[in-house]
Amino acid sequence: MTEQNEYPESGRVRTRVLGTPPADAPIVDSDPIHAPEGVPGVIPQDPVKARKAERLVALLFLITFLAGAGFIASYVIFQVGSISKTATSNLALGGTLALALLALAAGLTVWVRQIMPKYNLVQERHEMRSDDDTREYVQETFLQGADESGFVKHRLLRRTLLLAAAPLGLAPLVLLKDLGPLPGTSLRHTVWGEPTKDGKPRRLVVEGSGQPIRAADFNSPGGILSVVPEGYEEDLNALAKATLILLKFRPEELKSGTNLNWTHDGIVAYSKICTHVGCPAALYEQTTHHILCPCHQSTFDAADGARVVFGPAARPLPQLPIGIDGEGYLVAKSDFKVPVGPSFWERGDAEAEARENAS
Amino acid sequence: MNAPPKAIAGPSTFLDDRIGAGNFLKRNLRKIFPDHWSFLLGEIALYSFIILLLTGTFLTFWFKPGMGEVTYTGNYAPLYGVRMSEAYASALHISFDVRGGLLMRQIHHWSALLFVGGMTVHMLRIFFTGAYRKPRELNWIIGILLLSLALLEGLTGYSLPDDLLSGAGLRITQGVAQSIPIVGTYVSFFLFGGEYPGHDVISRFYSIHILLIPGILLALVSAHMILMWVQKHTQMPGKNRTDKNVVGAPFYPAFMIKSGAFFLFTFGVIALLGTFAQINPIWLFGPYTPADISAGSQPDWYMGFLEGALRLMPSWEINFLGHTVTLSVLIPALVPLGLVMTGLALYPFLEQWITGDRREHHVADRPRNNPHRTAIGISGMTFYGILWLLGANDELSANFHLDLYTTTWFGRIAIFVGPAIAYWVTYRMCIGLQRKDAEVLSHGVESGVIKRLPNGQYIEVHTPPAEDIAEHIRGKKEIPVLESAEDGEGIPPKGARSAIGRLRTKMSQAYGTDRVPLTDGHHEEEHAEEHAGVGAGDRKELH
Repeated sequence: MTEQNEYPESGRVRTRVLGTPPADAPIVDSDPIHAPEGVPGVIPQDPVKARKAERLVALLFLITFLAGAGFIASYVIFQVGSISKTATSNLALGGTLALALLALAAGLTVWVRQIMPKYNLVQERHEMRSDDDTREYVQETFLQGADESGFVKHRLLRRTLLLAAAPLGLAPLVLLKDLGPLPGTSLRHTVWGEPTKDGKPRRLVVEGSGQPIRAADFNSPGGILSVVPEGYEEDLNALAKATLILLKFRPEELKSGTNLNWTHDGIVAYSKICTHVGCPAALYEQTTHHILCPCHQSTFDAADGARVVFGPAARPLPQLPIGIDGEGYLVAKSDFKVPVGPSFWERGDAEAEARENAS
Repeated sequence: MNAPPKAIAGPSTFLDDRIGAGNFLKRNLRKIFPDHWSFLLGEIALYSFIILLLTGTFLTFWFKPGMGEVTYTGNYAPLYGVRMSEAYASALHISFDVRGGLLMRQIHHWSALLFVGGMTVHMLRIFFTGAYRKPRELNWIIGILLLSLALLEGLTGYSLPDDLLSGAGLRITQGVAQSIPIVGTYVSFFLFGGEYPGHDVISRFYSIHILLIPGILLALVSAHMILMWVQKHTQMPGKNRTDKNVVGAPFYPAFMIKSGAFFLFTFGVIALLGTFAQINPIWLFGPYTPADISAGSQPDWYMGFLEGALRLMPSWEINFLGHTVTLSVLIPALVPLGLVMTGLALYPFLEQWITGDRREHHVADRPRNNPHRTAIGISGMTFYGILWLLGANDELSANFHLDLYTTTWFGRIAIFVGPAIAYWVTYRMCIGLQRKDAEVLSHGVESGVIKRLPNGQYIEVHTPPAEDIAEHIRGKKEIPVLESAEDGEGIPPKGARSAIGRLRTKMSQAYGTDRVPLTDGHHEEEHAEEHAGVGAGDRKELH
């Protein structure tokens, strides 16, 4: 098993019994593959064991047959239509499929390992690079072809060809322009700034039920509501910016970070859209007044203008100026003074601008 | 059997007459494939990919990639009458109203997890055994591209059902895209067809997920296979195995059947998972709305390290000439992924530059025999692993009653300290294992037989190691080191004169110097030094 062998590269086999010296001349064998006994590196299995293995393989293949038939039967027998029926169908289809596949796999494995010979064949490797003659020939041919084509000699041809390619290369990119409108200033506004059809300020309504909120009814300190703008309850684009959390505080709990002019009777509204990457900051811990975003754990102090206490968010949740309308329902007095949600390049120092505008 | 049956001979002759298939088969039917358990890892990824194509095609027959609102009237009672997107409604339809639909959905999702998992461990195997070395650098790069594309493929697929969880992932993707300096807002608007979430993203992701990326993946996978075939597989060191040969089993019949069996095993196990291990139960999450989220939202495992990076980051944001640069999003979104992928892609070339090794390698390294490479690899895995772990810090905090912020702080520190410790520990372990190898060769292995010598001393008899083990150990190859010694006139070699050149030769020495050369048990002197603690008599037994 050492310095041999040309097999199978040569397609010929030196018939040689293991442990004996190789024959001087290779014997031409018309049927090399079917006579592995003499091939070095092909170690046949014990025929008795192989016969035993065959029975095992047959059993496994039989299981695959039965499971496969069971799969088809399950498809016909088990209908879907309710949760429990779907569960049964899934179990029957999946169970029979897995059994069929695994039994077939096991059968094949036993076949390879216990019936086929063990192999320890050697094949030569050759260096990947082509030899020097070939390289030289290719190089010459390349230069000759380049010469013949005139690409090298005719400068005008070469340059205009490059010129011709440039706009064609850009065309697909240009085509993509209509993928979306330009952002403009849309990220700076939410629907809270738009008055309703009849010109009144927009009411805050409870997410889900759509009920407007009477300030006098939202009176237990520590309460929290998820709030959406009236008229946009189903508009996902609007909700992605305008959703609020509404909190009720005792007056003494509020700290300087919260703009009291924008609250009503201890009721504060913050944007629910996290200033980190925009998940809804939906978790609230009553005792600490912490708002927590479940995505990346940015934590905001709701009693102190929703300033960042921990986590990757860089800015507080913007506060919405709220008040009440003539019927005592909570309304937005104006849009947010700064853009809500995740940061973007054009945002700049919107907080400073807002302060300047206010003063 | 003396002649092939007509059913085979007929078509074969037909094909050979027309395309000369015989020449190809003559060369390749008995192509030799070396055997080692770790060579199966890549096959897991390959077979998962095939299963993904099959199950994915099945899903497209019913899935409707639309964001238009419909009222659900299907068989899942808890959501009856709820308004939702067409995409979510059709995903529910597949799950509850199509026989085998739920099974195919779950198999699709499980094989996606296994696809990326298989690729990852396969890549680690290639890295640690140095199988990326010349001439396989191109295939390595193709592999890195495949892995990157698979992440993108997973991300787009995850977003399609439009349930609350998938929407949370999409929202984070959008938030990250929007944070890119200068073009971020435009990228987001072009991707979503306007403001988030808009009405276009699902159909766009759909065509990317089922056509664009799978097409590229298929082309790259084919190229990956063809290169492997042409360059022949690497083999582990062992008896008679050299860089000039390949030892193993022939493609026909053994390797062919073995591979078929392994495909079926992979499919069978994924089918088991799809049957018994519920995955992504979209019906429990409800339709997506940007106003809601469920606590404990987790991405698929391969996105976990990006999620962890986002969670670790302190709240850094700077104002640059009136523009916002959100470092707290940019750094975690780009740096870890960039470091890992770029580092992996460049590694074969950096290693070549440091060792000056331009030879072809076909015998794989044992990881211990290149301690610096192994240490770098484990260091990188630690970096990735900490980020990945921190991607679930809320779950860790809830399940193990840890303080949430403490886990974050742990991650912030561990991300720097962990890889350094891992590097040192791994390096020492490699050296230790090499010493063990050297000892086995020079001393033999403990036989368990205690012998009393005439002078009253007790020794344990050592016997020479089994031949295959010894050959496996002797497969260790020296790592080339750049020439740095000055010549007779005190002039360093050409490459080592500049500052970079000096650094390069220094690194080369550190990287390549063999700290534990194998002695093969013929050098008495070394014995006495290295194994002074062992009874003197054992040497007599060996020689």
